[in-house]
Amino acid sequence: MATISELQNIAKQVRRDIVRQVHAVNSGHPGGSLGCADYFVALYFHILKHNPSNFQMDGHNEDLFFLSNGHISPVWYSVLARSGYFPVAELNTFRKLNSRLQGHPATEEHLPGIRVASGSLGQGLSVGIGAALTKKLNKETNLVYTLHGDGELQEGQIWEAAMYAAANKVDNIIATVDVNGQQIDGSTEQVLSLGNLQAKWEAFGWKVLHMNGNDIASVLEIMEVAKQHTFKGQPIVILMKTEMGAGIDFMMGSHKWHGVAPNDAQLAQALAQQEETLGDY
Amino acid sequence: METFTYTDQNDTRSGFGAGLSELGKTNPEVVALCADLTGSLKMDAFQKEFPERFFQTGIAEANMIGLAAGMTIGGKIPFTGTFANFSTGRVYDQIRQSVAYSGKNVKICASHAGLTLGEDGATHQILEDIGMMKMLPHMTVINPCDYNQTKAATIAIAAHIGPVYLRFGRPKVPNFTPADQKFEIGKALHLKSGKDVSIFATGHLVWKALKAAEILAEKGIDAEIINIHTIKPLDAAAVLASVNKTGCVVSAEEHQRNGGLGDSIAQVLAMHSPKPQEFVAVNDSFGESGTPEELMVKYGLDTVDIVNAAIKAISRK
Repeated sequence: MATISELQNIAKQVRRDIVRQVHAVNSGHPGGSLGCADYFVALYFHILKHNPSNFQMDGHNEDLFFLSNGHISPVWYSVLARSGYFPVAELNTFRKLNSRLQGHPATEEHLPGIRVASGSLGQGLSVGIGAALTKKLNKETNLVYTLHGDGELQEGQIWEAAMYAAANKVDNIIATVDVNGQQIDGSTEQVLSLGNLQAKWEAFGWKVLHMNGNDIASVLEIMEVAKQHTFKGQPIVILMKTEMGAGIDFMMGSHKWHGVAPNDAQLAQALAQQEETLGDY
Repeated sequence: METFTYTDQNDTRSGFGAGLSELGKTNPEVVALCADLTGSLKMDAFQKEFPERFFQTGIAEANMIGLAAGMTIGGKIPFTGTFANFSTGRVYDQIRQSVAYSGKNVKICASHAGLTLGEDGATHQILEDIGMMKMLPHMTVINPCDYNQTKAATIAIAAHIGPVYLRFGRPKVPNFTPADQKFEIGKALHLKSGKDVSIFATGHLVWKALKAAEILAEKGIDAEIINIHTIKPLDAAAVLASVNKTGCVVSAEEHQRNGGLGDSIAQVLAMHSPKPQEFVAVNDSFGESGTPEELMVKYGLDTVDIVNAAIKAISRK
């Protein structure tokens, strides 16, 4: 198992990968990707029981992860490549013609590590719960993890899924919500207030935990707590506080870097803030 | 001439229910999901016999489609059940992204399609579903014509890897295809040979096409009747073989003219062998409340409409 400082080093490289991917094609979503980098690194390099070198769609006897807010594909592609699902050099193809690294994650091009397309928001919790039901039918004890944006909770399907999982005691799933308080048109508070998220999830019957998504130690600790709550008749959600753009100072504290790529000067400025630890692709 | 008879009248949805129950016994990977319409979809037998493989989702169709997509991961073969309206338009984006684009092995089973839903009216009488589903890459679209064919189709789609839209209906209709038929996805069923006009019918219109052929025979017109149960992939070879013999076409379906079976046939003809075609279909309008029989008459989907379309198609040769 990786140490916290090793994970922090990986996260630095992942942040470089994110800004370099979006800069290369002058498109993509760096803000949420950067905010979730620490979560992804903790998940893929410490928490998941998975088999990167031999990806199987059915994922028997593995933990499964579903990214519901598919627009933060740059962070996912980076950790998938860095953990061995596909060659790191393939990050060069992000969003380009004939690439397996589509703008939003897809299975059509058979990119290892991806089990369902996402991008149109609100669908991943249902899919994750479905996969968790199949794990139970197959008598497997591995877990299903999902990640959602906080703005994504404005989609009604999320709450259909939330109601279903609690009513049917789907207790082998750990959903995480990236609470960065930002969405395309502004803050979630301005666009459509989410109200009291803890009270909402609790009212829907979920066990609610909190963690600081930009502190790897907090992520490791709370994810372990979450695992202790599995198989107890209740689905689990973690409200993960993050900073959109985390790690690149001029991208933090605003919704403006949700879906905008840095220019050459901004890229240089960003890379100067995250040292190259594993070698750029 | 050859005439067709039937031994019983039954609803195609009951054929689905019977097929699903049989699958429950023969294929342990088959699971069923239903959005609060278990009785209407005739899924209650499966629910009773295989409770651990039945998932009641409540009135939440978007979640049902997502659950089904997720359940395929790990090898299950999910059959979702609700009315055709709520199986398609209500969940189009979920089907598009989580099922079709993701290549998931989900069977979307849709009852109460078309006008023959009857008294509930246009909110529930979807006439656009075939079009929506056939436009989706990877999707197979099947619309069987009677109880026996629906049962056979239900069993057949479990063995097909990939998403399928299976459309059936509410009313009891003549059950005339053999109980022991082999259902081949994508293979048109030749019911009656003829030389003057090719009538391609799907779903509830197949029996009406057979009756139309009897009336046409009395007028000295020899119609060929072909049952297109699989709208996508369309059996283009069967369409062209028939049309190249008869020289004109009638398509008949309980669906909008836009986006339906007729559209698919017209595309094949335009590309390979242009011929006069008449469309028996709903012409860009919603339905309304009424009995199924009254509605089929009012919206031009009755036996006489097929007869008139055949005569007109022949006159345009």
